[in-house]
Amino acid sequence: MANLKIDGIAVEIADGSTILQAAQAAGINVPTLCYHPDQSVKANCRICVCEVEGQRLLQAACSTPVAGGMVVKTNSAKVLKARRLILKLILAHHPQDCLNCTRNKNCELQTLAEEYGIRDNPFELKLKGYAEDNSTRAVVRDQDKCIVCRRCVETCSVVQTVNALCVEDRGSDIMVAPVLGKSLAETACILCGQCIHACPVGAIHENEQIDEFLAAVADPDKIVVTQIAPAVRVAIGEEVGLATGEMPMGKFVAGLKHIGIDYVLHTNFTADLTILEEGNELLRRVKEGGKLPMFTSCSPGWINFCETFFPDLLDNLSTCKSPQQMFGALVKTYWAEKMKVDPSKIYSVSIMPCTAKKGEAARPEMSDSGFRDVDLVLTTREVGRLFRMSGIDFDKIQPGEFDPWMGKYTGAAVIFGATGGVMEAALRTVYEVVTGETLADVNFTAVRGMDGIKEATVNLAGLEVRVAVGHSLGNARKLMDQVRAGESPYHFIEIMCCPGGCIGGGGQPITKCNAKRAERIGGIYVEDEQCPIRKSHENPEVKQIYEDFLHEPLGHKSHQLLHTHYAPKNKSIL
Amino acid sequence: MPQELRIVLRNVDKIDALKIDDYIDANGYKPLEKARSMPQADLIQEIRQSGLRGRGGAGFNTGQKLAFTYSAAGDQKYIVCNADEGEPGTYKDRVIMQSDPHAVIEGMAICGYAVGATKGYIYCRGEYPYVAEILNAAIAQAKEKDVLGEFDVEVCLGAGAFVCGEETALIESIEGKRGEPRCKPPYPPVSGLWGKPTVVANVETLANLPQIVDRGSGWFAAIGAAGYPGTKVLTLTGDVVNRKYIEVPTNTTIKEVIYEFGGGIAGGRKFQAVQIGGNSGGIIPESLLGTQIAFDAMAAVGATLGSGAVFVMDETRDLRDVVCRMAKFFEHESCGKCIPCREGTMRMFDLCEKVGQGKGTAADLALLQEIGETMAVACFCGLGQAAPTPVLTAIKHFDLLAGKGCA
Repeated sequence: MANLKIDGIAVEIADGSTILQAAQAAGINVPTLCYHPDQSVKANCRICVCEVEGQRLLQAACSTPVAGGMVVKTNSAKVLKARRLILKLILAHHPQDCLNCTRNKNCELQTLAEEYGIRDNPFELKLKGYAEDNSTRAVVRDQDKCIVCRRCVETCSVVQTVNALCVEDRGSDIMVAPVLGKSLAETACILCGQCIHACPVGAIHENEQIDEFLAAVADPDKIVVTQIAPAVRVAIGEEVGLATGEMPMGKFVAGLKHIGIDYVLHTNFTADLTILEEGNELLRRVKEGGKLPMFTSCSPGWINFCETFFPDLLDNLSTCKSPQQMFGALVKTYWAEKMKVDPSKIYSVSIMPCTAKKGEAARPEMSDSGFRDVDLVLTTREVGRLFRMSGIDFDKIQPGEFDPWMGKYTGAAVIFGATGGVMEAALRTVYEVVTGETLADVNFTAVRGMDGIKEATVNLAGLEVRVAVGHSLGNARKLMDQVRAGESPYHFIEIMCCPGGCIGGGGQPITKCNAKRAERIGGIYVEDEQCPIRKSHENPEVKQIYEDFLHEPLGHKSHQLLHTHYAPKNKSIL
Repeated sequence: MPQELRIVLRNVDKIDALKIDDYIDANGYKPLEKARSMPQADLIQEIRQSGLRGRGGAGFNTGQKLAFTYSAAGDQKYIVCNADEGEPGTYKDRVIMQSDPHAVIEGMAICGYAVGATKGYIYCRGEYPYVAEILNAAIAQAKEKDVLGEFDVEVCLGAGAFVCGEETALIESIEGKRGEPRCKPPYPPVSGLWGKPTVVANVETLANLPQIVDRGSGWFAAIGAAGYPGTKVLTLTGDVVNRKYIEVPTNTTIKEVIYEFGGGIAGGRKFQAVQIGGNSGGIIPESLLGTQIAFDAMAAVGATLGSGAVFVMDETRDLRDVVCRMAKFFEHESCGKCIPCREGTMRMFDLCEKVGQGKGTAADLALLQEIGETMAVACFCGLGQAAPTPVLTAIKHFDLLAGKGCA
């Protein structure tokens, strides 16, 4: 342990801690920009510099280890002078358009400018005038806003191992850019949007489609139907001033009706359906000697990753469409039939925690209903903006209810939102289908939580089934390398593209750290516990759709509407 | 009349650099043998007691550096020779490597034995490909003669970035990454090249080692200024009669360097200023010419010894123009990693250009000073911390708004 003084406050902290950690322990907020709690220390913004007695140079709090007897001043005149000048230098190289920015009121630089009272700037505004990179359908880069903290680069290269972004050029020309001078779409970018969470400013954001939504709800000829992904509810409250997990589902539904949506249904319904299809697919592969291990296919960023980096393993992917796309194919067929509406008038909007879903909905093959299965994907953040725009007071709004046929769901669907959830939901159903017995305890806790790779073995009537769960693509890569080498011991592997699973998706409220992801996961399991039904095969509407429409899992209709195929991306850049 | 004292330049013009036998005949590689006959700890102690401090600019005690690397745990350790001589006006390392490459290689091998490293790299400035050829030839001869034993040396050519003279940026560059500094700590003696304990030492520092081992620490410690003993190789450029390189004891004054060795100001003009240590060094007025060219003496007057470049400016030089060019150099050479350096060097250049055009105001100078003072204490690495030095010292000692001959 080291004993030191920070602004006169005595602190005792473990050796190897940094001044930043010691300051936090002392209750002193040292400003940061390039620092990210889940990443390596970069120390390149220098905004956290502090004065250390006996040192001529100011020391970056994020990178300087504490030492016994150290005397630190975090707010001396010398420190404040340096920080304010550094802020002015950044601001003079940054567009002055906070009012128009997606990160207005949620920007680390803007916050610092306010906290440090930056009122005027002696430096002339200099911008390079880069064009916006909107080459992908999901993620937009605004190069001029980049302050080159490199948090996105580390996310892309270390967390996701995609390496779409790199640091180019030097000096004041330095920039973070898609590799090899390409547009983002030409790189290996898999649209996960984790770079958006990493960005302290508005240099990367989702392809915002609020205008398209407003036009659709204003169009009297359109029947606007929405689905909500499992991970959205637990986070949407953060967008409207509620705590994580605090939005009751009924109020969420009422809010969506308030912004003009005609029918509110739930992706959770197709999540349950996915379990029936995917669970049976797994059993068929095991019985008939199909390709194993089978990989889950719910996460479109993961699908893009597999098609890009592991095209030789595409046969291992479950042929099940993601719940979003199953929903899209059914809403314009089954649901239209049940509701007796013209499917051509249905405008299918999905509310997703995800940026890659925008790309998935646009895939040419996703039109098995005879129409575009999903017309528009809005992220949780975009829906948050729509809620704020509509002035809804969620304390006072009366709860609403889901519309019929595709709005019922079980706890098994709810947990799709967290890493390990699809696996756990599948095990709940597969166990009962195979053994014919009722599960004594539906909780498979071994596959829960933030560990990068989790594994479990389940005995299904004598058959030892080995499963693994990986979240974030760095972990996926480890599991895939094992499969490619022929050394994978597993039968079934769940992969979610984003850290923590969908609750940490690229479209969720800006999430700087994994601690917030863990908090959302907590909210997911609370909701699961509260569900009266917690096994997908017991969902009454799922039973109904098999009786009335699909007839059997993996049957002809399912094959036509609920399953798909994959193709190598063949990215020339690789 | 003060005299040169040649330790690292002792073989210049006396031996053929490309003939290892010449070097061996001049007592070469015998110090390495002697070093290897000593216990490692004794050898390190001997080097520490000589008081030898780094000649690249930072002035760290070489024996201390070796001791840290020796004590650090590691299955592999490295010796890296910093030959990325990039300070404008500096060519001392080139002279040493061209005229006596084996002295550098032998110095590396001594360090290698001292800390238990079997591999060395010479990171040679990208603009010195012909020096790299000489080094490669010398290494080949040394291997053929088997004078290095277990120790292997490889030359690594830089790609032109000034920042790669910073030891951790240099290490990144050898590893094939962008030339950018790393966070310190950990320092290279603990975690350097490929994360292994590494000694990074300047060419001139290494070339001193065979002589120190041969003649003893007491001999070396008695030469020059007490806190920074030995000699310093200086390169004289600018408005001086003798534009040449010299090696002098470190208690020699700047005045002696310019007027005795340099022959005074060319063309009978008056002295205006001298900058020592390359672009990162301070601009020194006449009143400080009595300062010794030793690390601490220079630091005491707010200047630096740095690489030992001596750039003399006569009364006709417009200092505004001089500092503007230096600001441009740093704006160009900033790696861009940290904000105060990449933005600060760019803004300082803008303001220096304005001042250089005679459009500067007192407010501009105040802003230059504010940026410079912040950069000096807040930048990530030595490049950014030193970049404002010429501007800050010029503002301190001269009236930049008055322009030409403003002393």
